[in-house]
Amino acid sequence: MIALRFALGIGLLFIVSLIIFGATELLPGDLAQQILGQGATPETLAALREQLGLNDPAPVRYWNWLSGALTGDFGVSLSNGRPISELIGARLGNTVFLALYAAALAVPISLVLGILAALWRNSIFDRAANAGALTAISFPEFFVAYILVLWLAQTGLFPSMVRINPATTFGDRIYMTFLPALTLTLVVTAHMMRMTRAAIINLMASPYIEMARLKGLSPLRIVLRHALPNALAPIINVIALNLAYLITGVVVVEVVFVYPGLGQLMVDAVSNRDIAVVQAVALIFAGAYVALNLIADVLSTITNPRLMHRR
Amino acid sequence: MKTPRIPAMPMTRRGVMKSAAAVTAAGLILPHTSMPARAQTRGGTFRVGIGHGSTTDSLDPGLWENLYVQTFAACRHNYLIEVGSDGQLVPEIAESWDTTDGSTWVFTIRQGVTFHSGKDVTAEDVVASINHHRGDDSTSVVKPLLAAITDVQADGNTVVVTLEAPNADLPYLMTDYHIPIMPGMDGRIDPASTDGCGGYIVESFEHGVQSTVNRNPNYWKSDRAWFDRVELVSILDPAARLNALITGEVHLIDQVDPATIGMLESRGVARILSIPGNAHYGFPMDSRQAPYDDNNVRLALKYALDREAMVDVILGGHGAVSNDNPIGPANRYFNTEMEMKTYDPDRARFHLREAGLDSLDVTIAVADAAFSGAVDAGAMFSETARAAGINLEVNRVPNDGYWSNVWLNPNGDTPFCATYWGGRAVEDHMFTTAYAAGADWNEGHWNNERFNELLIAARSEVNEELRREMYMEMQQIVSFEGSTIIPMYNNYVMAVANDVATPEQISANWNFDGFRCVERWWMA
Repeated sequence: MIALRFALGIGLLFIVSLIIFGATELLPGDLAQQILGQGATPETLAALREQLGLNDPAPVRYWNWLSGALTGDFGVSLSNGRPISELIGARLGNTVFLALYAAALAVPISLVLGILAALWRNSIFDRAANAGALTAISFPEFFVAYILVLWLAQTGLFPSMVRINPATTFGDRIYMTFLPALTLTLVVTAHMMRMTRAAIINLMASPYIEMARLKGLSPLRIVLRHALPNALAPIINVIALNLAYLITGVVVVEVVFVYPGLGQLMVDAVSNRDIAVVQAVALIFAGAYVALNLIADVLSTITNPRLMHRR
Repeated sequence: MKTPRIPAMPMTRRGVMKSAAAVTAAGLILPHTSMPARAQTRGGTFRVGIGHGSTTDSLDPGLWENLYVQTFAACRHNYLIEVGSDGQLVPEIAESWDTTDGSTWVFTIRQGVTFHSGKDVTAEDVVASINHHRGDDSTSVVKPLLAAITDVQADGNTVVVTLEAPNADLPYLMTDYHIPIMPGMDGRIDPASTDGCGGYIVESFEHGVQSTVNRNPNYWKSDRAWFDRVELVSILDPAARLNALITGEVHLIDQVDPATIGMLESRGVARILSIPGNAHYGFPMDSRQAPYDDNNVRLALKYALDREAMVDVILGGHGAVSNDNPIGPANRYFNTEMEMKTYDPDRARFHLREAGLDSLDVTIAVADAAFSGAVDAGAMFSETARAAGINLEVNRVPNDGYWSNVWLNPNGDTPFCATYWGGRAVEDHMFTTAYAAGADWNEGHWNNERFNELLIAARSEVNEELRREMYMEMQQIVSFEGSTIIPMYNNYVMAVANDVATPEQISANWNFDGFRCVERWWMA
């Protein structure tokens, strides 16, 4: 079961890599022409094509690129000649750090809020939590970010921009990255919270919950012990989707807080037509999506004994 | 799932297209809020937030193009000659220079200057640094600028530069920011090295993010490089840049949005420096294509826009009107005697009739990539042109790819568009780069016989009075027969925190005090 999912994930990544490679093949001109621009002469073009291995047939080049990428070698950036793995390395770390930080804030908050909202359905608390989360998700990210800067940075509580380097200590990192993480938390909480609430409320109408209630169990115990385990599958899926979003979709937040993450790298590379970097980042983003969904599938299978022990 | 939103970001393609020459001219203009002069003090960390910089920036001086790499270069490098705050040439690595006939120039190299690595700066290093921008295999963007150099030789502690024709402006060329003095090895520099002989030694850098430099303890200038440490941070988002200044994260930012200046000043943490230079915004027309091939049509358009209003609205008053003249007030031979063109719909109609037209239907392609506010400027132009019987349609094109697909009319469908030029200290540079027949960046594809003759003659003219007259006439021709509408000169607008002191005079040749803020400014 899990092995099948895993194989499907690998297959999917393979197809994505084909599409990424094919898309760059469709671009007019070739990479050598792209690099040399106006200064291209037939001789320099031929020399550079040879150097880049562009004279090989497409399948061979695809294989070279893919096998390189699998071993972490994405080639060199076209615009400044630096190895792409070096360009991406630190930024991937930063992006993952921010995503995990935001997730560490958002997941517990949304689970607790979602459970409490389900528990006290239609109460003032439920409505306030819903309204608050929906308000936060309805504002554009940059607006949320600017509001936080206005309230929390201009008053001197937190820095308005993130200045981190490899030497920054973990504590400083947590402090400096707080505002971007909080922005992302506000943006993703509503989705997860409402899914938790809906999944639990859905179960609350089932006969076995009725039974638990007739046994005289406390409402909290009913929700945590009886409803939540059965609601985990959809919740896990939503969390995985949001995690993937935190890794791939935070360009705006990176820009506002001057955070050196992968999104900014991708935007730079696109505007400079640095195809090799775009390919590498696109593959990493696709990998993150596939991997997180795979993990979500595996986890929801594990949490569901009916799927684990199928007869 | 939400789609990630990508904001419009200030792209820096303009830099690569426009940054051929980095020399300057006089600019005896004070910022409108100047600090009382005080004794310079050493120490402190100076942090600069710059609205440029990208992961694809390069250490290779031949490829520098934006304010981030330019300022980073000013931290770690010295040049043969520096442009002083008053626009005069100041000896730097070249102690002195001399020529007898204008074609052979001798630069005497200062002794006792060392690179950060400890190596002495020699004439050979200077030769290697210049040669990086010459030769068939050079990829430098200033290669065309140095094309007239036929030979560069080291001779003891002097460097002898030979030109194919006399050029009185060669020392100005040597101030170009692309030509820092770097250590040579077998006649070549290592373009990937950060070694230089400037006031700060590079501690760390990451392209498009930040760089950190520390004061060079062996710096040969005792009255420069006051900070212990300088940090340059790339902050592309204008609001984030402003926030960083207000919250004290950085001390200096560039490209302050005119709309936010009032708010910033009321905070009392920073002051605005608005420095008039030669930088200008314009609208080139492809003079090969009808109707722009008729000078009367071009004149009609030149009288159909309100220059004063554009300075007020587009520049927020931080600039000055231009008389379709790419030579600015900071140039030596700036022509102020020409008849000033004003917004005059009747005159525009007159020129249309002269061209045999009752009305004119044209389209202008604009994008904010050309200059901030270009789209609004196009709309204003369209509005004022209507009164003159000109139906000017504004075609808003994407920022992405503007300089390669729209500017210079490469596809033949954008004969009328918007442009931006940084200042050029030397008249010849400006004209040779963008107005000489056949020049790569001749935006109007303009070809004027008299102008081309004068351009070549003026280059080697040694009689100052004659030279002045020639440049005056050239400006007159460009203004009244040229194919580029230039409504305004834009100031360099920057904001600096109150805890950083600036000299009374700020250089007008480039942004950030000619990039030298890191050397010339100090902690208050």
